[in-house]
Amino acid sequence: MSAAIAAAPSLRTPVRYEEAVIKKFTVATVFWGVTGFLVGVVIAWQLAFPALNLGLEWTTFGRLRPLHTSAVIFAFGGNALLGTSLYVVQRTCRTHLFGGPAFANFIFWGYQLFIVMAASGYVLGITQSKEYAEPEWYVDIWLTIVWVCYLICFAGTLIRRQEPHIYVANWFYLAFILTIAMLHIVNNLAVPVSFTGTKSYIYWSGVQDAMTQWWYGHNAVGFFLTAGFLGIMYYFIPKQANRPVYSYRLSIVHFWTLIFLYIWAGPHHLHYTALPDWAQTLGMIFSIMLWMPSWGGMINGIMTLSGAWDKLRTDPILRFLVVSVAFYGMSTFEGPMMAIKAVNSLSHYTDWTIGHVHSGALGWVAFVSFGAIYFLVPKLWNRERLYSLRLVTYHFWIATIGIVLYITAMWISGIMQGLMWRAYDTLGFLQYSFIETVEAMHPYYVIRATGGTMFLLGSLIMVYNVWKTIRGDLRHEAAFAQPVRIVTGAAE
Amino acid sequence: MESTGIMEWLHPLWLVWLVILFAVVVWWAYRPKNKHRFEEDARIPFQDEGEGKEDGR
Repeated sequence: MSAAIAAAPSLRTPVRYEEAVIKKFTVATVFWGVTGFLVGVVIAWQLAFPALNLGLEWTTFGRLRPLHTSAVIFAFGGNALLGTSLYVVQRTCRTHLFGGPAFANFIFWGYQLFIVMAASGYVLGITQSKEYAEPEWYVDIWLTIVWVCYLICFAGTLIRRQEPHIYVANWFYLAFILTIAMLHIVNNLAVPVSFTGTKSYIYWSGVQDAMTQWWYGHNAVGFFLTAGFLGIMYYFIPKQANRPVYSYRLSIVHFWTLIFLYIWAGPHHLHYTALPDWAQTLGMIFSIMLWMPSWGGMINGIMTLSGAWDKLRTDPILRFLVVSVAFYGMSTFEGPMMAIKAVNSLSHYTDWTIGHVHSGALGWVAFVSFGAIYFLVPKLWNRERLYSLRLVTYHFWIATIGIVLYITAMWISGIMQGLMWRAYDTLGFLQYSFIETVEAMHPYYVIRATGGTMFLLGSLIMVYNVWKTIRGDLRHEAAFAQPVRIVTGAAE
Repeated sequence: MESTGIMEWLHPLWLVWLVILFAVVVWWAYRPKNKHRFEEDARIPFQDEGEGKEDGR
């Protein structure tokens, strides 16, 4: 039936896609991305040179660090996910957005208000001290309202689709929206001290609170930073490569395996704590099993280029998208390994964890978002192409070198830090004091901050490119070298 | 309540039910009969071209 529709596109009435709000989400993604990277660079230099915290309470590492994580995850990543999901769901359902422009605008501005309320709270010291869930109760309630509206908008569009089948990217997006709603509500069950004050107390206590927090925290990684961005992968890589995904059947298995396994992996954040041993082992086992869906999905994304590998040389946007999937494979190999208790006893609480997170966040999440932005901007503003593909190439290489500097510095620094912490002398005393480990890490902090600065520079190149594209400028530049076709035999 | 009794019997075996459910998904995905339809479904992103691209302002 769908084949018949494809063969006769003229029989269908053209759909007026709701794109004004997608434009806003795209611009917001770029804006918050640069903001979040900038704060990250500032705190990276603060770690190397503590005087940079300026001696002011508002600019100390403790307050800027949640500002950085929330800005990149929820502001940059969140806007990328909301924008692309509302774009993809319309295109793959061939219908316009449920609720119309006013509803979509409420979701956009409501989400920006959430970001501003959360960020201003951090700088002023208003926090409930739960990692990645720092906002206090009034911000949490507001986000819940916006998020339910987002769910209604997305699901409403799915329900009135013109296409009989729901394309797999939408499954990932829907899983992301539903699971985040569940995690956000359960992890933020809190009682405010008063309705005029900002302070609240969380419902959970002790080890239950810790487990709920990391059930939330790890599934924020699994469903926000993974499932949501896999939705981007399953739409934008086929579109940019102009060929369908390698195996649609594998994508179905990928989806369900990921959904079944991820939700159990949280306890690996609590190895060797008061959490019962069986729960730690359960978390470890499920984390190791996650290798399978992660690599299945990675193979599916990369093999989409099978038979068209030359496009990687000539299409820098596709290069961003495909390399992001390669980074996804790398960090989802590293993650399960670090969840193994013996490895975790070395890696936990060290910079290795920070390096791991950034190979996923910079390499996977940010790169796949950059690819989607570069794809979307000319489409949304009706431009022939981007202002400059050369600038995309420069962005790609500067950012890639930045990531490599960042993660290698953190590997060395983190493993060294872990080994120094567990080193004993012949009398059984700890060999190093804590400050000695900090001193030893200084050069690696400088390298890390340099890598982060390069990543920020790359994103500024993107801002310029996007700005010129929206203005309608085209840079005249020579085409990328096409691979030479060599005829090898008469049989060919 | 009779339903409570059924739930008490079902609950400890949750892993079995989930594994069976997952096996059904895999069977559905790789059933030879479904090969063609999934190949068609993979082409959904390419069926929006050439249509109205106007802003919904």
